[in-house]
Amino acid sequence: MAEYTLRVRRFQPEARTPEGEPEGPYWEDFDVELEETLSVLDGLLQARSDKDGSLAVRCSCRAAICGSCGVKINGQSALACKTQLQHASDEAARREGDDPVIVVEPMGNMPVIKDLITDMESTHWTKVRRVTPWLLPGGEEPERENVVPPETMIDITQTMACIQCGACVSACLAMEADPEFIGPAALAKAYRFVGDPRDSQRRERLYDLAQDPHGIYDCTHCFACIDACPKGVAPMDQIMRLRRAAGRDEKIHDRNNGHNHEAAFVKIIEKKGTLDESLLLQESYAPGIKGKLIPRMDAIKGLLTSIPTAVRGIRTGKMRSLSKLIPGVHPKLPGDAQDHVRRIYAHAEEHHEELNLYVAGEEGDESPDLPSSPAAAAAGSGEGTDAAGEEPDTGAEEGTGAEEETS
Amino acid sequence: MKLAYWPGCVSRGFTPELHGSMALVAERLGIELVTLDRANCCGAGVIAEHNQELADTLNARTFALAQSTGLAMMNICSTCQGAQSECKQRLDADSAYRAHINEALSAEGLEYERDKDGFTNKNFLWVLVEDIGLDKVRELVKRPLTGLSVGPFYGCYILRPKHRLGYEENPDRDLYLEQVIDALGGQVVEYDGARKCCGFPIVTMNRETSLRQAGTHLGDALDSGADCLVTPCPLCHLNLDMQQPEAAKIVGRDLGIAVLHLPQLVGLALGFEPRQLGMNTHVASTEWVAQRLAGTVPA
Repeated sequence: MAEYTLRVRRFQPEARTPEGEPEGPYWEDFDVELEETLSVLDGLLQARSDKDGSLAVRCSCRAAICGSCGVKINGQSALACKTQLQHASDEAARREGDDPVIVVEPMGNMPVIKDLITDMESTHWTKVRRVTPWLLPGGEEPERENVVPPETMIDITQTMACIQCGACVSACLAMEADPEFIGPAALAKAYRFVGDPRDSQRRERLYDLAQDPHGIYDCTHCFACIDACPKGVAPMDQIMRLRRAAGRDEKIHDRNNGHNHEAAFVKIIEKKGTLDESLLLQESYAPGIKGKLIPRMDAIKGLLTSIPTAVRGIRTGKMRSLSKLIPGVHPKLPGDAQDHVRRIYAHAEEHHEELNLYVAGEEGDESPDLPSSPAAAAAGSGEGTDAAGEEPDTGAEEGTGAEEETS
Repeated sequence: MKLAYWPGCVSRGFTPELHGSMALVAERLGIELVTLDRANCCGAGVIAEHNQELADTLNARTFALAQSTGLAMMNICSTCQGAQSECKQRLDADSAYRAHINEALSAEGLEYERDKDGFTNKNFLWVLVEDIGLDKVRELVKRPLTGLSVGPFYGCYILRPKHRLGYEENPDRDLYLEQVIDALGGQVVEYDGARKCCGFPIVTMNRETSLRQAGTHLGDALDSGADCLVTPCPLCHLNLDMQQPEAAKIVGRDLGIAVLHLPQLVGLALGFEPRQLGMNTHVASTEWVAQRLAGTVPA
């Protein structure tokens, strides 16, 4: 048994000060005594049963399955039932030094109803519904089941692992600045259907999410959702896959300049090897000759708004060389290095391989055939798999290889 | 200490003062930098969003170039660190995939080998704390940053996701900036935005959200009493410094807070003058920092 102090952010909507004013949120410390392998949720429940029955926390399964007990622990969004007390205490000690206090707050980016209970409806569920989270099949209904290639379904299992706890929404730094951002949970859910071979509305879904100013191009790449997710869904990775699908596969030129920016960046590195920032700015807003001859209104606006920044850059000396002033003057890599970069482009654009480590696994699980990998993982250590392509692979035809897991 | 050095694009683009100050500081710290002048852009996550294999191959090429020097690699950009670590994780995870990627490098006579000679790629911040050591840094300080209140700003790519950035072996990497500020004799300022996002990646897509992020964090730092911020990420620097007047308009308040690159802050403590470190080229004036250090402003 060990003793822990939980510092809980409390809010009792009905509480009033002696003067009759609403009390507002406040901190309260609870000392609990529990086995160190027990969870922060266990600590909260002990505090509720022994110290204050009015302490409000939402929970059900206590096994990281139901997704009810999302909170912030030491500032990090997580499930209270999946975070061990000792681990949380060690983390607090690492940051704050001796006498660590485990700080527990309600999730962020959502209104607080009471204590640790947030309103999931007004943000999370509303945003999930925004992406039409159900299958929209097309064509004739099959006589029996839909027959689809197993690897396509395995590809979306990562998003299917979502338990809707809202931890990623709580952690999202883009949503903090733009509450209208569709957000990590809903966009991961969107990929679940965009990637589903049975869905008939792939392009329409992507077009909708690319055009929305608060859609896939509103994500700032901050990785907060990846660290917050208790189930390895990696919502940001799903958002990047939505961008690949929208821009590269469906060639959707969104009004947010998301695809233009990406296409310009990719093209500049092929030509120059390192980034020509002036050219990137210009090409992101007004790509190619067409973009310059017939610029869109928002492109003109975008370029005009960047003028003050450019002027400041010149004035301070940041942008005083020709290569920074004139787009395209930026030098190539030396010698034949640029040719080799071009060769890399040709190779990669031919294959477009995408390695999803959630599916394929890491280390000692080195089969190049993604769909068979769970079977390979179950089969053993993967010793000597340098020629993994040639090794006999019994799991390849059976799809997920779930049956092999008992071996 | 001799290191293969990847300065990145932005440190030679819109933040040349970073590249310059790194060169000065490296010499004083006893680091010999072998610049990878044939290496290419890390892709900053943007190339991966177009074609993951392309991003992985481009970075495998950079690692292979570094490995051909037989040296460990150092970068000076959180974004390079994150984008390269992401590709490295995939390359290291799967030998067949690695062989496929190496096919594309063979024409140049290059090959990326996992763990070759214990190969590592570290940001200057990590090198400073893990390889040089804070005790050594303390010894080298000539002008302690006494009275200077510094807010750390890490940049997302060097913080998250933890499993990809070596936090199992080095769990305190998210505290190094504070440790460095302290070792240099400065005062660490705690504020809300230290580990948040500067917003830069979407500045051409959603300018308002992007600059609101930068402006909010700058404002929080000011309200917490910071004289300046320090960042190991030049892309954060673009949003926090170069765009600062625009960010001020979005959040509707005066800002005007200096944002230093990590080598600049180290350089000040090692005795270099602000001008030598290119601090006169910033958009947000660094005059206040100079005055603090000269003792002309009471702390």
